[in-house]
Amino acid sequence: MVRYIASKFLYMLLSLFILASATFFLMKAIPGNPFMSEKNVQPQIKERLMEQYGLNKPIAEQYLQYLGNLVKGDLGISMKYQNQEVSQRIADTFSPSLQIGIFAIVISIVVGIVLGLIAALYHRKLIDNVAMIIAVLGIAVPSFVLATLIQYIFALKLGWFDVMGFNEPSDFVLPVIALAVQPIAFIARLTRSSMLEVLNADYIKTAKAKGLNGFTIMTRHVVRNGILPVVTYVGPMTANIVTGSVVIEQIFGIGGIGRVFVDSITNRDYTMIMGVTIFYGVLLMLARFVTDILYVLVDPRIKLSGRKGS
Amino acid sequence: MSASGNNNNKNATTDVVGEPIALQQESISLWQDAWIRLKGNKVAMFSLGTLIVIILASIVGPMISAFNYYSNDLMNTNKAPSSVHWFGTDNLGRDMWVRTWMGARISLIVGLAAAAIDLIIGIIYGGIMGYFGGRVDTIMNKFSEILYSIPYLLVVILLLVVFEPGLGTIIVALTVTGWITMSWIVRGEIMQLKSRDFVLAARSMGASAGRQLFKHLLPNALGPIIVTVTLSVPSAIFSEAFLSFLGLGVQAPVASLGSMINDALTGWNLYPWRMWFPAALICLTMLAFNLLGDGLRDALDPKLRK
Repeated sequence: MVRYIASKFLYMLLSLFILASATFFLMKAIPGNPFMSEKNVQPQIKERLMEQYGLNKPIAEQYLQYLGNLVKGDLGISMKYQNQEVSQRIADTFSPSLQIGIFAIVISIVVGIVLGLIAALYHRKLIDNVAMIIAVLGIAVPSFVLATLIQYIFALKLGWFDVMGFNEPSDFVLPVIALAVQPIAFIARLTRSSMLEVLNADYIKTAKAKGLNGFTIMTRHVVRNGILPVVTYVGPMTANIVTGSVVIEQIFGIGGIGRVFVDSITNRDYTMIMGVTIFYGVLLMLARFVTDILYVLVDPRIKLSGRKGS
Repeated sequence: MSASGNNNNKNATTDVVGEPIALQQESISLWQDAWIRLKGNKVAMFSLGTLIVIILASIVGPMISAFNYYSNDLMNTNKAPSSVHWFGTDNLGRDMWVRTWMGARISLIVGLAAAAIDLIIGIIYGGIMGYFGGRVDTIMNKFSEILYSIPYLLVVILLLVVFEPGLGTIIVALTVTGWITMSWIVRGEIMQLKSRDFVLAARSMGASAGRQLFKHLLPNALGPIIVTVTLSVPSAIFSEAFLSFLGLGVQAPVASLGSMINDALTGWNLYPWRMWFPAALICLTMLAFNLLGDGLRDALDPKLRK
């Protein structure tokens, strides 16, 4: 168990290191320097700027310094907005993204599992078909299409919500729905198929034969085993919601990290792109790490072998 | 098995009426069997039909219009659909019918090309892992695991920020880590298959590793591979649309469905048709690929037969 977690942790660090290095060298591979486009600047000033950002040192030295700063949590200074630290800007804009993300994750898990449970219990009945049609649609409709669609219907046409902005509690509703629909669809399908498997398992027959009542069988045996695979989806879901939020924040005009990321891409603000990439990277790899640990905790069968079956 | 209905009377030489029936049933290959089962799946067949229509339309659609996808017509901007412009025009007066089908063409090219490259790399990498096993497998598998744990879209975004945007760059960027899932599928299948007798027979007759892999192992692993390819096409299409949305997709005047949706966002309460057509088409395409993939899985995976 400890070995398993330690190895997963090591993996995470290694992946992070690769991501950080790749980011650094890719950004260095861009021809020219970030101040080339600034016209009418005296060469001395350009030199000062280069010095300030440490761009005149040899690459190896820059790289080591960059890694050292990363460990300290220092992501450098924005190139577009001078005097603004990347880490500060991320900290400033994290709150709305986090709130929406957490809401979306909680709703995805709850609604997804309930939908999957209902579908499995009414297998091959109308309600099952309806739930699965919803699930397939949820997977097929890209989140940004869904976002624009519900924005059009519920905000523009019906006027139930604000079109843009993030001030009142009601402003949560549309972005969270847009983010949650795809994970809900995935979780519902996952839950359904695993529940159907469990319902046919021998130990359920045993439980029935023992004379346990339906409710106990459901809660103690069926649901507990049926939602196991959902745990494995926590990591990918977080990735899904984080990347989704990049676009959703743009559509609903929310000043979160996703917005910062898109802006930095449009402005070619390289330090900011690097910073947000690494921040997202840490976030997603942590989510994956937590998933791996959760998986061992809920499924004791893989404790012995030390790794997930190959 | 779907053909079992015919097999039930195998031992009887005559049926109730007394007419002789064939003693020997023609043997059905795995693929015929899969096709029969797929044909019985209405949803999957409907998806297949839809995809064929979309692909044909993306080839023929732009040809049958008098307009092209890049010429601006500033006198006729944001026109609603009419008999002249069947899907209306966009903010530069470009014909939406032609642009929508050209966009579908780009999206399909991205999806299919990315899936094809994933397939090739995945088969080679996964084939080597699965066939040789042992230390080779351990090292290669660890490498792919580490690569896989780096968030996919972040890598793609980084690559597109650095390199010149364009169709080729997008396809390459999407495949940089996209092949990993395929390689794992191939690896798992090969590992299961390589201990089977027919492989042993081939080996004992002196078949080379490559021959064993391509002649004996891979053809038997085709089912799961086909399903994975079918499902990876829509995910590549989605990723491309997502990147277009960030302005990192194909560059104007070339359009993809994703970039058209992005363009339509400005003023789409006034000109909603600019959104409807590309959005509906991308949803339909992804839906059809997903449903077809599900259908293929049911048809090709013998383990799911009940």
